[in-house]
Amino acid sequence: MRGSKFLTVVGLLTIAALVLAACQPATVEVTRIVTEEKEVEVTRIVAGTPVVEVVTATPAPAEEAEVTYPRNETLYTSGKQWGPPTSWNPLQPGSYAMGVIGLCNETLFLYDPLKNEYIPWLAESGDWVGDNVYEVKLRQGVQWSDGEPFTSADVVYTFELGKLDGVYYKPLWDWLDKVEAVDEYTVQFTFKEVRYQEWGNTLYSVAMVPKHLWEGRSEEDIVNGDNLPPVGTGAYLYETHSEDRMVWKRNEGWWAKDALGLSVGPKYIVDIVNPSNNVALGLFLKGEMDLSNNFLPGIATLVEGGYGVQTWYDDPPYMLSANTAFLFMNTTKKPMDDPAFRKAMAYAVDVDEIVTKVYGNIVQKCNPTGLLPVWEQYVDQDVVDELGFTYDPDKARSILAEAGYQDVDGDGFVEAPDGSKIELKIIVPFGWTDWMESIKVVANGAQAVGINLQPDFPDFGGYWDQLTGGTFDMAINNFGSNMSDTPWTFYFWLFRNPITDVMSNGNFGRYDNPEVFDLVVELDKTPIDPEAMKPVIAEIQRIQLTDMPAVPLWYNGLWAQWNSTYWTNWPSAQEGAPKYLPCTWNGYWNMTAILMLTELEPVQ
Amino acid sequence: MRRYLGRKLLIYLLTFFVAVTIDWLIPRFMPGNPVDTMLARMALRADSAEVLRSYYIRAFKLDLPLWQQYLNFWAALFRGDLGISTWLFPQPVFQIIKRAVPYDLFLLLPAIILSWIAGNRVGAIAARVRWLDNTILPLGYILTASPYMWLAIVLAWALGNVAGIFPIAGAYGFGLRPHLSWLFIKDLLWHWFLPFSSLFLVMFGGWAIGMRNMIIYELESEYSRYLESLGTPQRLIRKYAFRNAMLPQITGLALQLGGIVAGALATEIVFAYPGIGYMILNAVQNQDYFLIQGCFLFIITGVLLANFIIDLVYIVVDPRTRLGMTGE
Repeated sequence: MRGSKFLTVVGLLTIAALVLAACQPATVEVTRIVTEEKEVEVTRIVAGTPVVEVVTATPAPAEEAEVTYPRNETLYTSGKQWGPPTSWNPLQPGSYAMGVIGLCNETLFLYDPLKNEYIPWLAESGDWVGDNVYEVKLRQGVQWSDGEPFTSADVVYTFELGKLDGVYYKPLWDWLDKVEAVDEYTVQFTFKEVRYQEWGNTLYSVAMVPKHLWEGRSEEDIVNGDNLPPVGTGAYLYETHSEDRMVWKRNEGWWAKDALGLSVGPKYIVDIVNPSNNVALGLFLKGEMDLSNNFLPGIATLVEGGYGVQTWYDDPPYMLSANTAFLFMNTTKKPMDDPAFRKAMAYAVDVDEIVTKVYGNIVQKCNPTGLLPVWEQYVDQDVVDELGFTYDPDKARSILAEAGYQDVDGDGFVEAPDGSKIELKIIVPFGWTDWMESIKVVANGAQAVGINLQPDFPDFGGYWDQLTGGTFDMAINNFGSNMSDTPWTFYFWLFRNPITDVMSNGNFGRYDNPEVFDLVVELDKTPIDPEAMKPVIAEIQRIQLTDMPAVPLWYNGLWAQWNSTYWTNWPSAQEGAPKYLPCTWNGYWNMTAILMLTELEPVQ
Repeated sequence: MRRYLGRKLLIYLLTFFVAVTIDWLIPRFMPGNPVDTMLARMALRADSAEVLRSYYIRAFKLDLPLWQQYLNFWAALFRGDLGISTWLFPQPVFQIIKRAVPYDLFLLLPAIILSWIAGNRVGAIAARVRWLDNTILPLGYILTASPYMWLAIVLAWALGNVAGIFPIAGAYGFGLRPHLSWLFIKDLLWHWFLPFSSLFLVMFGGWAIGMRNMIIYELESEYSRYLESLGTPQRLIRKYAFRNAMLPQITGLALQLGGIVAGALATEIVFAYPGIGYMILNAVQNQDYFLIQGCFLFIITGVLLANFIIDLVYIVVDPRTRLGMTGE
């Protein structure tokens, strides 16, 4: 009886399997539709109901619209898009779809962090022509994708938009006086106050928009519109998008072909909205995704295991470092207001364990200053030798003992010098699994030296509320320590001031020290010259390592893994390989990722 | 009849009001607010972040007192304005839902209806065929007890990753531009099959077991025994039993259809299928008050509408309801 029941189940399952097996994948045939009119009707089938969408074709001569993207001409990417693409407005820095700034709307300069070089892009050159006047010469022969020429009027218009409420570069006008077009290809910026570092940062991050299309728009539309389809000067044109993808098509009339002899390899770029980890990994291993900028735990084993997965380095840390994860301590609360206690925390955390056990070696332990490897030259080794720290629980215990922290009631945890109990929490957002694991390591380290610190995982809203509102005890954060052209952005974040009710981004521990605040301003006003910047930065480092307002722990990677089944000549640390950042995230296309595309070659 | 319907309608309106109010209130109990979450994601420099923060707080009218926000919400709702999403800024919530719903209907409508029909048929047969009962019952229990998520992952792994027969993500091939052709439709169906199967199988198990148990219960009730003692043919008894057993199943079906938009959350996440379930999860994670409100408004309306339709259907299929109305 039992046997027959089993057999029946197996039989049914076999039949089911056969039925499924019969449904072979559809063979893909390439069909081409030639469109001649300006308006192309594209009918898409959604849920069995035909939805007719009218797409306005580019005024370029009648062109073939392909319905399938040939695999050897298409680059599949993923990593930037956390939800359906919804905005193509370069003024909306958090929302714009993958590639809007960089592939479509371009900046005056690019910045190469690996060489610490500004690369003239839409600008041909830029110089200080007076004490407070910066002059940009524009490249001639650059065209918007609708055929209009790109001129100084567009540059002036773009910067003038910064006067509107709700545009992210509005703070620029606190120290910028005016922007004027000297002639069709020359623009002069006159400053009320010269902030060299901030200006350098602005030059490669603000993307140009076409005046002739934007000037008729309402203020509301400029700030909050979705700007579809986007018109830019860039290497790619908007092709299509849907809930789970963003598709770009090569702009055959891109200016850099003639001007710089550059052309981008992939004809299409299909960016896939970040799926869950298992799907991302599955697509990647099946060769359906070429470049993944997702954080994929355990990727190191795949690199080592010969699955055709490649990363920047062949060995640990595999990835370039993109930002620094800090342990923030709330200096307005006891005992975190005591520098000795904060220093003890720095000595108590075993970062190596986080690097190896939590991250499987795809991140790097950081320098005591927290400065990224690209800023290595600014680390003052004398200061680090004198004041730097490393994992040393005994040292942590002795610092605590010297400062008067003792275990009075015998529960294994120290009490504050005034005898009050210490019970602290360290928070990271729930679901951020790598951070969740790492604060367990931090808490264990603290407990081992006698500090009662417990990990806690509120959801993101709660985490952010506690962090920005100043009600947390300790937390991990890295939101402003990103790679950029200047360590000023890093210190501006770390020592954000003034201290207000809500610390929007930076100085979450509310460390209040006018001396260091002034130094950050001084750094901002220092010309972009490492030799001039180093003394100021050394001063900042001295204060940072003496007072230890936040403890730098590890460098998060520039998560990037690719496979060479369809595209080769990827940038990497290998000899002879191009040295550009392999990254599709916001702000990286203009940090040389666009040049990666000019190097990619299809596999024949 | 009119009094009956009138009273029902009043209850539904009241329920709607209370449910929508709760829907409005709950997201606001969460710590933090949508603008801060939106800005955190932008990772802007602090000076830029502060400029945008004050702008968006005003733009989304989050600086008004709560009671005023509540009144504004109802006023906007009557104009059909569900607000603008913060997670998918600057898209209007209505647009987002409109684009996501077809994916749900396409996935869930066939899964619910086909599993209901097949489950009821098979369940009814199983109740009287011993070998079928011995196979369907355990299989049904396994299916209905397996979480959607788990079954979906197993299917994706076995048929997608290992066998490589079906794609594991997306609504259609990533290399395809949507257009009307056999190529595209085939591709769409091919991507649809796994998510559909995972839903169908779990639901099928539930319906089949429900129906089987119900039939057995009805066959053992007094009217069946009475009919049997009168010498009525088995076929006729079964027919009566089937009709009576259908009633709870109809209620179940209507409720499933009502909650349709939320029904496939887990499946949509496993297969990266962009329906409402996927939107809800992200809206909650991003504290997007407006999108949360919009999605749940759809669900509330769906459930209430389905209930109301059941009430109407019951008047037709269940004579006892009609009796109750005249007896008033």
